[in-house]
Amino acid sequence: MVITWVEKIYRYRWLLQQLVNRDLKVKYKRSYLGYLWSLLNPLLMMFVVSLVFSHVFRFEIENFALYLLCGQVMFNFFSESTSMAMNSILQNAGLIKKVYVPKYILPLAKVCSSFVNLLWSLLAVLIMFLVYRIPFYVTTPLAIIPLIYVFLISYGVGLFMSVLATYFRDMVHLYGVFLQALMYLTPLFYPADILPDKILLLVKCNPMYHIVTYFRDVALYGNFPSLRDNLVCILFCALSLLLGGYVFRKYQKNFLLYI
Amino acid sequence: MIDVNNVSMRFNLATEKTESLKEYVVKLLTGKLMFDEFYALKNVSFHVDRGESVGILGANGSGKSTLLKVISGIYPPSSGTVSVNGAIAPLIELGAGFDPDLTARENVYLNGAVMGFQKEFVEDRYDEIVAFSELANFMDVPIKNFSSGMTARLGFSIATLVHPDILIVDEVLGVGDAAFQKKCESKMDELRQNGTTMLFVSHSVEQVEKVCTKAIWLKRGELVMSGTSKKVCAAYDEWGKTHSAFE
Repeated sequence: MVITWVEKIYRYRWLLQQLVNRDLKVKYKRSYLGYLWSLLNPLLMMFVVSLVFSHVFRFEIENFALYLLCGQVMFNFFSESTSMAMNSILQNAGLIKKVYVPKYILPLAKVCSSFVNLLWSLLAVLIMFLVYRIPFYVTTPLAIIPLIYVFLISYGVGLFMSVLATYFRDMVHLYGVFLQALMYLTPLFYPADILPDKILLLVKCNPMYHIVTYFRDVALYGNFPSLRDNLVCILFCALSLLLGGYVFRKYQKNFLLYI
Repeated sequence: MIDVNNVSMRFNLATEKTESLKEYVVKLLTGKLMFDEFYALKNVSFHVDRGESVGILGANGSGKSTLLKVISGIYPPSSGTVSVNGAIAPLIELGAGFDPDLTARENVYLNGAVMGFQKEFVEDRYDEIVAFSELANFMDVPIKNFSSGMTARLGFSIATLVHPDILIVDEVLGVGDAAFQKKCESKMDELRQNGTTMLFVSHSVEQVEKVCTKAIWLKRGELVMSGTSKKVCAAYDEWGKTHSAFE
């Protein structure tokens, strides 16, 4: 099963590339700055949020703006890619009603195009690191590992959500609320150690907590990730991909009747 | 080349479409989640050899398009099997998979990719596609500004110039102007002579008789008759004089 998936992705690799290109082109069509927005957006958001938090709520976090930016960039990728993947089947209804394409390529294309945006945003992170004179650690190259984790988790969640949204349109609206809740359960603008134990337990069930912490550890603080950190992330990836893949495979054949 | 074996296609004709979770739960609880079963195809079997062109005749709602969609792999059949050898270019609708926001040029590549081809393959044929569609001056215009005739030209050009093994044509030739229709017909002749297998749906019996060697006739999802196009067309024509679609 997994092998035929990979084979088909290889056969349709150019389609995947075209779909990603299409998303990227359409996203910034008719804007003057184009791709630069992927870079500017996180910077401007960081500016606004850190302004709010340095005057209204104050947490004792060193380099707060960077702490915030790292978390935000990762979380934004998750929320953008899964929302887009969720809508991918509905959005491409015209296509899959008329031509055969392997359907799981549609959510995958959305996650990939979000990932390209994430790379631009990471450029913004890099620029801010230089501005704040964060040294280049031995662990900095390891930052690629949480990127892979978050990609896989997002794809699994995206597959799952695309099935739900196709069968029940309400999910499209509900998912926004879910993402909002998840955002507060991720230590983006507060330090995790201010949380009471009970809530911390809940937060630890949130895969984004581990991803964000991992990313900050290797890129911002230069800490080596432990084996346990990796295992937890791998477990979340596997869970998400297995659940998403299973549900998608089971229900994809009836998509046409619901779109 | 194409083997259709005892294929049935069943749809749950939901009396009311359930699209929201609330409705679904309410219906589930009140036990009203019932569907009327509807067979769009019932035990259809036939076989098409390489290089044959087969016309599919039938009134509206007789299952022609469903059959084509089952063959092109869009619908999985509810029962029975379909086996197809070769690359299919389905013209179920011209320009299926075009993105209105992208330019004609970008859409040529996107469409080629949707049909499962690789980059080099489409690049090699790009000039030919543009020349055939006669749209060279409009390749950088977004498709949303195209007329339906122009879109049809582009769609037909892409589908035929990739030299598919199997070409599926579903009543799409009506949109182009007379000159282009003629061009399409001669292109299809050429493809047929080169051994392309063709499935052809049309309400024009004369067209089917002219283009196809064999024909099959569907009536409410059932195969009524198959044989040489001359024989089937004559019988269908005769029936059509005295009956209407949903009898």
